[in-house]
Formats: sequence, C-alpha cells, structure tokens
Amino acid sequence: MNITRRRALTLSAGSMAFFMASMHFSNANATAEDTEKMVEEFSGGAKLTIGKIDLTTPEIAENGNTVPISVEVDSPMNADNFVESVAIFADGNPNPEVITFNFTALSGVASAKTRIRLAKTQNVVAVAKMSDGSFRYTKNQVKVTIGGCGG
Amino acid sequence: MASKPRVKVPKKASVGEIIRMKTLISHKMESGQRKGKDGKLIPRKIINKFMASFNDTEFFSAKVGPSISANPYIEFSAKVNESGTFKFIWIDDDGSKYSTEKKITVG
Repeated sequence: MNITRRRALTLSAGSMAFFMASMHFSNANATAEDTEKMVEEFSGGAKLTIGKIDLTTPEIAENGNTVPISVEVDSPMNADNFVESVAIFADGNPNPEVITFNFTALSGVASAKTRIRLAKTQNVVAVAKMSDGSFRYTKNQVKVTIGGCGG
Repeated sequence: MASKPRVKVPKKASVGEIIRMKTLISHKMESGQRKGKDGKLIPRKIINKFMASFNDTEFFSAKVGPSISANPYIEFSAKVNESGTFKFIWIDDDGSKYSTEKKITVG
C-alpha cells in the first residue's frame, strides 16, 4: 500500500486525536495475549478456577453494536463470603476491558447484566474475584455478523 | 449528550428480599475509535463509572469502558432490610455527574 500525502495527513491527524482521547495508543484490535495479560493483572497472577461462574452471551450476535451479556457467580453473598468483583474482557476489541462490576454483601446476589460492543467474532471472558482471594474464570465465543466498532 | 437517567426499582419489598433493578442513561458512548466525516477520529467521551447506593451506603458500582453500548444499560440486584432511598450516579469523561433517586418501602 502506497502512503499518499493525503493518507499520511489523515493518519497523523487521526492518531493525534486518538492519543488525546484514549489511554491506549494502538488502534489495532487486541489479541488474545493482550487479554490474557489484563486478566493476569486483574487476578494478580493468582490461580484461576475454571467454571463456577455463569456467563450468558448470544451464540451469534447479528449486531455487534449492542450484544446483551449477563454474568452470575454462585455465592452466599454474606459479610464473610461474597463476590468482590467481576471483570469482563472482549479479546478482539480495540480495548479489551469492557466493564468491571463491583459487588458487596448488600448486593444480595452477584449477578449483573449489560449490553456491549463487539468489533468482530471473538471470545468474551469473565473473571470473578471472590472475597477469600480466589478467582473464577470462564469464556464464551460470540460470532459477530456486523462489527460494533469503527465506522 | 447525556440526559435523563431512567431507573426501574420496585416500589415495595419485604424485609430481606433481593430485588432487581434496571438502569439506563441516554449517552452516545463515543468510543474514540470512530472516524468523523473529515476522516479524523472522534475523541472518546463515555460514561466511565456508575455507582449505586442505598441509604448512603454504596452496594454496587461498575467501572465502564468504551466497549459498552450507547445508552449504557446495567441491571443488578440489592438486598433490602429497611425502607429507604436508592441513589444512582453516572460519571462522564468530561467530569459531569448525572444522578437520580428512587424510594422503596420495605416491610
């Protein structure tokens, strides 16, 4: 691909705006490795128990602009034993950190629902931090027909 | 432009009941990834934090990223032991704070 003068200008203007607007410089979509690093940062390198956390995502999302997801972690949710937080990552989005839910014993149940953007077919990862310092991990693949980023 | 937050909370509950609430705020959630007509990236402007408290005690919050859809919708629960007021707060990248309150009668 030849970089024309116009394209060079657009690129530099674009990256400037992006630099001012966002904490992540790269405009490329994240890789699974980037997401793994973020998961590791969230868990502090602790062992992740696979399962015991329910992540509900559609198998196929026709519109990546708004994909409903819900997460629920089985826990008595009392002062001694509760889910502190659940972080959601999307490993093919420009910024994989989607949302982090913070719960307390007053939440009653560790369950939350939201709507997310997915740029392309990718894995949605959920990691729960329990009050005893353990972590639970799960991931679902979502096939995306029309991406929800860029434009 | 963010405007009216909309929240659904039951008006009544019994003591110790776990109730479900739905929250939504109108907001573009400009991700910082989109290009405008001039080919330049549109600067990021999103709701980056959401907090819910009951009688001034925070019981749920969320750190929100640009991958959340426009008009961010969050649904979650609370255990109520007494009557009181729920307060919901959304924080915008530009520092603006939007909030709304809902009362519940427990007993």
